[in-house]
Amino acid sequence: MPLKEIDIAEGLKINSLMEASQQPIPDPDKWLDEEIRRNVLITTVDYVLDWARSRSLFPLMFGLACCAFEMIGAAASRFDIARFGMDIFRWSPRQADLMIVAGTLTWKMAPAVKLVYEQMPEPKWVIAMGQCAISGGPFRESYSVVPGINRIIPVDVYVPGCPPRPEGLLHGIRKIHEKIIRESIKKA
Amino acid sequence: MTKALNGEEVAKKIAKKFPGSIAAADKAAVVVTSKSLYQVAEFLKNTRTLDFDYLTNLTAVDYTDYFEVVYHLISLRHNHSVVLKARCYDRDKPAVPSVVSLWRAADFQEREAYDLMGIIFEGHPNLKRLLLWEGFVGHPLRRDYL
Repeated sequence: MPLKEIDIAEGLKINSLMEASQQPIPDPDKWLDEEIRRNVLITTVDYVLDWARSRSLFPLMFGLACCAFEMIGAAASRFDIARFGMDIFRWSPRQADLMIVAGTLTWKMAPAVKLVYEQMPEPKWVIAMGQCAISGGPFRESYSVVPGINRIIPVDVYVPGCPPRPEGLLHGIRKIHEKIIRESIKKA
Repeated sequence: MTKALNGEEVAKKIAKKFPGSIAAADKAAVVVTSKSLYQVAEFLKNTRTLDFDYLTNLTAVDYTDYFEVVYHLISLRHNHSVVLKARCYDRDKPAVPSVVSLWRAADFQEREAYDLMGIIFEGHPNLKRLLLWEGFVGHPLRRDYL
């Protein structure tokens, strides 16, 4: 076929498609209930807000000691933290709302942790992971270790263990979800 | 495998060059007086047959009666090693000469020993705390801390 005829055939095709596509195709909504088809949904603001918040926590990438490896294990494919809507560990505190303090906190590190916590936007939650973060653990009497991170920042959930297994951390995250679901914008 | 030199034999060589510098010597280590430490270290580094050009470790031990500063030296050329020690009996101001000018590796290690054990390394270019913060009271690895 000569080149000119190819061009003509293409033009005809485009014109006919354009002519046939003057109206939008209706969305397939036959499977929906009558009320939803009319875009009517009845719920509370609290429910929707808490549902959205609890299922899209953004944890902060933050590991202080050996507990961090269990946290990494929880994030990897076997335990798969993504099941709870936590696909990405955020590098920036400004994009995170969950701080998992995994490991021993020393007094020298404490100002950095406090600063990072303060940089996180509200609302924010904290998990103290492992004995060291909870109470200082075996280093409680030490000259250099903070005896419990609740001296520095407020803690929402304590996950015990030395270190806790990934299941333990996931359980702690579920507890955070329960806590978030009970929150109300009236109090905030 | 690095050959560990017999401390007594190394001590003999040192004593020949610097009489009175050896405080004690056994198979494992050479103990020198802290006054002659720098001279001996320089001798160990710059003598062709010994040639200890690499300081692998520097630490301090508290024996309550005295502090012992320990130097682990290796020669990369001869592939042999020796342990050099110096004792300080003054608990309030234990001092040994700094060896930073011989081995740069000693810089942080001496600062750590100062930080945690309170050994003062005379002639160190920047002797301040390494691990703990400015203003910390005491030296926590000492036996009488707390």
